[in-house]
Amino acid sequence: MSQGQIGAELRLVTPGMAIGPLSGKRVGSGALAQNEQIIATRLGWVREMNDTVSVDPINAAYMPRSGDLIIATVAEVRNNLWFMDINGPFQGLLPMSLAPWKVEFGAARQHMGVGDSVMARVQEVDECHNVVLTMKGVGLRRINEGSILSVPVNHVERIRGNNNETLLRLREICDCRIMVGDNGRVLVDGSPEGISWARSAIKLAGNSGHKQTFSADLSALEKSAPKRGDA
Amino acid sequence: MGGYGDVKLLREDGLRLDGRKIDEMRPIEIEAGILPGADGSAWVKHGLNIAVAAVYGPMEAHPRKIQRQDRCVIDVRYNMAPFSTSDRIRPGYNRRSREISKVTSEALESVVICERYPRSKIRVEIEILSAEAGTRCVGITAASVALADAGIPMRDLLVGVASGKVEDIVVLDLDKAEDNYGQADLPVGILPNTGEIAFLQMDGDLSPDEFNLAMEYNFKAAAEIHEIMVDALKRRYEGGEN
Repeated sequence: MSQGQIGAELRLVTPGMAIGPLSGKRVGSGALAQNEQIIATRLGWVREMNDTVSVDPINAAYMPRSGDLIIATVAEVRNNLWFMDINGPFQGLLPMSLAPWKVEFGAARQHMGVGDSVMARVQEVDECHNVVLTMKGVGLRRINEGSILSVPVNHVERIRGNNNETLLRLREICDCRIMVGDNGRVLVDGSPEGISWARSAIKLAGNSGHKQTFSADLSALEKSAPKRGDA
Repeated sequence: MGGYGDVKLLREDGLRLDGRKIDEMRPIEIEAGILPGADGSAWVKHGLNIAVAAVYGPMEAHPRKIQRQDRCVIDVRYNMAPFSTSDRIRPGYNRRSREISKVTSEALESVVICERYPRSKIRVEIEILSAEAGTRCVGITAASVALADAGIPMRDLLVGVASGKVEDIVVLDLDKAEDNYGQADLPVGILPNTGEIAFLQMDGDLSPDEFNLAMEYNFKAAAEIHEIMVDALKRRYEGGEN
């Protein structure tokens, strides 16, 4: 039960697997208590912190939280709102009052149509999982250029790194603008060579972001990066 | 006696036609994460059966009339490829695939923690590439591994396994001849850690004693298959940290 401690080897568990006895411990996410045992409900690594046992999933759907910066795509348009695909189990709702433009009733399609992508922020998530988005804020806009990639949501922190170190390194190497959404979508904008390299790096994070060799693999990939000014 | 007259399904030495003992499974192999585009996927080879399962979602449920306010729906589509058997199967949905899709969906709904994703849908596609016998069980096993691979919260892995009766003897894991000419078939979906049964069907007649023996075989086989499922999932992510 100490697999989550620093220096200890992390233990991989599958759904239904007994992690250990409950014995006064609290059950965190990815686990449940059953017959005085803590049972994993997800494929992931056991983590024990402050007497709480949880499972950090390898793959997980994006669960929106208020304040998240996300990259969303228009799925449906109504007269006064847009339904946005936020890469999660629920669609987000962007009302025209929270769009950055003055939108007349019935004119929503003139500003954004199905398939358009935006940088948005999660304004509110209620207990029924209704998600309201906003585009009012600094940097929130419709995306007109660049390439949008997807990575597993739990690898987003890997791409950012501590204090955004990895993200800054990626930006420096490929000389591109890279915006990482909390919903696992990444916007890359720059030269075609830079975008191409950034795609490889982000794909690497998606495939092996959970592995110990990720940093070394990224360093190896850095050697194939386009030289600055090539484009 | 077999269901079709004089078809002999057991040898003089008590073994079955393919040389297995009566409580022996066909060899089984499982791979997780074989489809790069899917959120979760699995490949299962069980005897001559080959099944591929892909999981997409959870996602917004469409059309909205299928949404459930307190839980997600599991939309299962079971399909046998036209080339999966020696007789070509007409492509598309048929009565049998509808029935198997429905029972698989209901079995999976009992292991997936559906309350986590209200108003959503989890799409499970099961494609049978090669069919011998017991494809619904292979499909359930593949779907279960694919769901775990996709990170869907589940109470346990669901294992599909079948036993039956040939020549008045209860046998585990029927092959094609035994399935066609045997007297009974008992496919079940088992949660190995809790011992619960998520689905059970019976084709043919079994006495209570035969039923109990068949279930005993099924539970024993489920434990073996469960180990292979866990091994497949761990193998995919070995060498990892978080």
